[in-house]
Amino acid sequence: MDAVTIASIIAAATPLVYAALGETITEKAGIVNLSLDGTLLLSAMVAFATAQTTGSVLLGFAAAAGTSAIVAGIIAFSSIELKLNQIAVGFVLFLLAGDLSSLLGQSFVREPGPSVPPLNIAGLSDIPWFGKVFFSHNLSVYGSMVLIIVTYWYFYRTRAGLELQAVGERPEAAFARGIHVERLRYIYTFVGGAFVGIGGAAFSLDVKFGWSEGHVTNFGWIVLAIVIFGGWHPARAALGCYLFGALQVVALKLQPTFPSFTQVLGIMPFPVMIFMLVAINRPAFRSLGDRLGLFRRFLRAEAPGGLGTIFERG
Amino acid sequence: MNSDTIRTAALAIGGSLLLAGLLFAANGENPFEAFKLLFEGSVGSRAKLSNTLLVWVPLTLAAASLVVTFSAGLWNIGVEGQIIVGAIGATWAAREVGGPSFVVITAAIVVAIIAGSLWALLAGVLKVYGGVNEIFGGLGLDFVATGMATYLIIGPWQRAGVASTSGTDLLRDEAWLPKIGDENISWVSLALTVAAVIGVFLLMRGTSFGLKLKAVGSNVHSATRLGIPANRYMLIAFGLGGALAGLAGSAQVLGFHHKLVPASSGGFGFLGILVVLLAAYRASLIAPIAFFFAAITVGTTFLELRLGLDSAVGGVLQGLLVLFVLLAGGWQRKRRTEAASALAPTPSAVAGEG
Repeated sequence: MDAVTIASIIAAATPLVYAALGETITEKAGIVNLSLDGTLLLSAMVAFATAQTTGSVLLGFAAAAGTSAIVAGIIAFSSIELKLNQIAVGFVLFLLAGDLSSLLGQSFVREPGPSVPPLNIAGLSDIPWFGKVFFSHNLSVYGSMVLIIVTYWYFYRTRAGLELQAVGERPEAAFARGIHVERLRYIYTFVGGAFVGIGGAAFSLDVKFGWSEGHVTNFGWIVLAIVIFGGWHPARAALGCYLFGALQVVALKLQPTFPSFTQVLGIMPFPVMIFMLVAINRPAFRSLGDRLGLFRRFLRAEAPGGLGTIFERG
Repeated sequence: MNSDTIRTAALAIGGSLLLAGLLFAANGENPFEAFKLLFEGSVGSRAKLSNTLLVWVPLTLAAASLVVTFSAGLWNIGVEGQIIVGAIGATWAAREVGGPSFVVITAAIVVAIIAGSLWALLAGVLKVYGGVNEIFGGLGLDFVATGMATYLIIGPWQRAGVASTSGTDLLRDEAWLPKIGDENISWVSLALTVAAVIGVFLLMRGTSFGLKLKAVGSNVHSATRLGIPANRYMLIAFGLGGALAGLAGSAQVLGFHHKLVPASSGGFGFLGILVVLLAAYRASLIAPIAFFFAAITVGTTFLELRLGLDSAVGGVLQGLLVLFVLLAGGWQRKRRTEAASALAPTPSAVAGEG
């Protein structure tokens, strides 16, 4: 594959990287935000509307992050304070946020507006091949690359990251050790939600520019699948995003070959991605992780023990 | 139903109506006028009522399907795909089977039920034997079903002359469900829907099968310890739920579109999940709640026509209503738990709703 194709895969996957890492952070703390497909729509709409109205792309990103954090906050509140089922509340918010985006975004459909400006990194972008692939994008794309590294470092190299994992794995044990389970779950649901919103903005202000009804439908579900595919590991989740980006590019390249199946090819990456989950769940793949010591954590895909459960102070 | 529950329900409905009114007002409309139009546009005349019932049929069948799978503790998001596969099955039979109306329609409905059921079992097998969470297995199969329908419409079943994603050619007259007078709605789909709701109600309420299904749903491990084969019960729940979803697909094809369209499910599978959440998983409540939702859906398309308000406002109303009812119910339980633990001599942890 040539450098331009790979660069386009990296760019296409950027919104998914933000959203998948955001959801990974939230789920690591034990909360499932199932609303993603609606939240991405709503935040993409809010980002575009804000940027178009104010002329500021940065404000668009901020508004999207805030909107998405609020939706996530409803899930955290209803789970932590009201002990409601996270899946149920998340599903309702998925439909509600999606419909809200259609209703409130009416006047922004197919309008022009500002987008993230390209930014070649001086010096680095001139390196043959690598420069084209990694350093000829924009701030949104570079930010997603930095986020992968920072999240990895935070999860596995900091004390706060250890506490985050403890809260998600065994909240009761974490509580007994004096960790503020509820406070941390709130914080990480907000933070994760904000990154999902940034993902929405990365769609409507960059990769899939503009707004129309159902602009980014189905990407939220793919992100939720990628988080599982990613085994709640930031680097593997990012790999899943790039893999999906590649699938999309392949489907796009196949379209001229099968002109009559354009519509079918457009949705094929979705089931293909989801059915990779089946392969990942096979014992043969999982035992690979035990044999390859170096990549053990990378290959082991297990949900945090306390994921989706209600925490009760003993 | 105690007075507390009624107060919560009233609070939730009042709250969402208030918000809906604010939503209308924010769009520059008189809220009372909008509510009046909503009412007129959904049940104001025979034709409008007939349109509402056209939505009520697939929505209620989807909800009935979901009551079965929810009872077994399953989040059958694949219901959308099962409706589509049912629609494909019905279309196939209507194209292939000759003969009088009675034969064609019966064949189409039976094929749709079988197709929906098998499609749901696929999600069940993925879950039980593949370890794939039913939410994602179901979603994947939803995409595949949509892809299959699109492929059939632009490929083998394309319209004579020009292929178009708007749908196949209309089915021949024998495959159209008989209508009530001049109205669009058919007594066949109404009767089948009522029968399905009663059937699911009786199954869940009066049979040992329903009881065991609920046991599996509330705790797989203790159900297994009691000797209930949990895997088999989950698969049966998928099969039954898929059958009802397939029936909904056949109603969409034979009684509404009269052809195969790419989005045969019309989102009723997902909306059905909201209905069941609002009904608190009870079969007895799904028919009236689905009617209310259908009225909102149809009424808001009328609002769009008259006021130019996007019909997404209907979805917003439905979503707000369910969200409020869930939150109000949780708040009420929290208060009750706190009151109980204040009275109890030793504070004890009370298990929350799963």
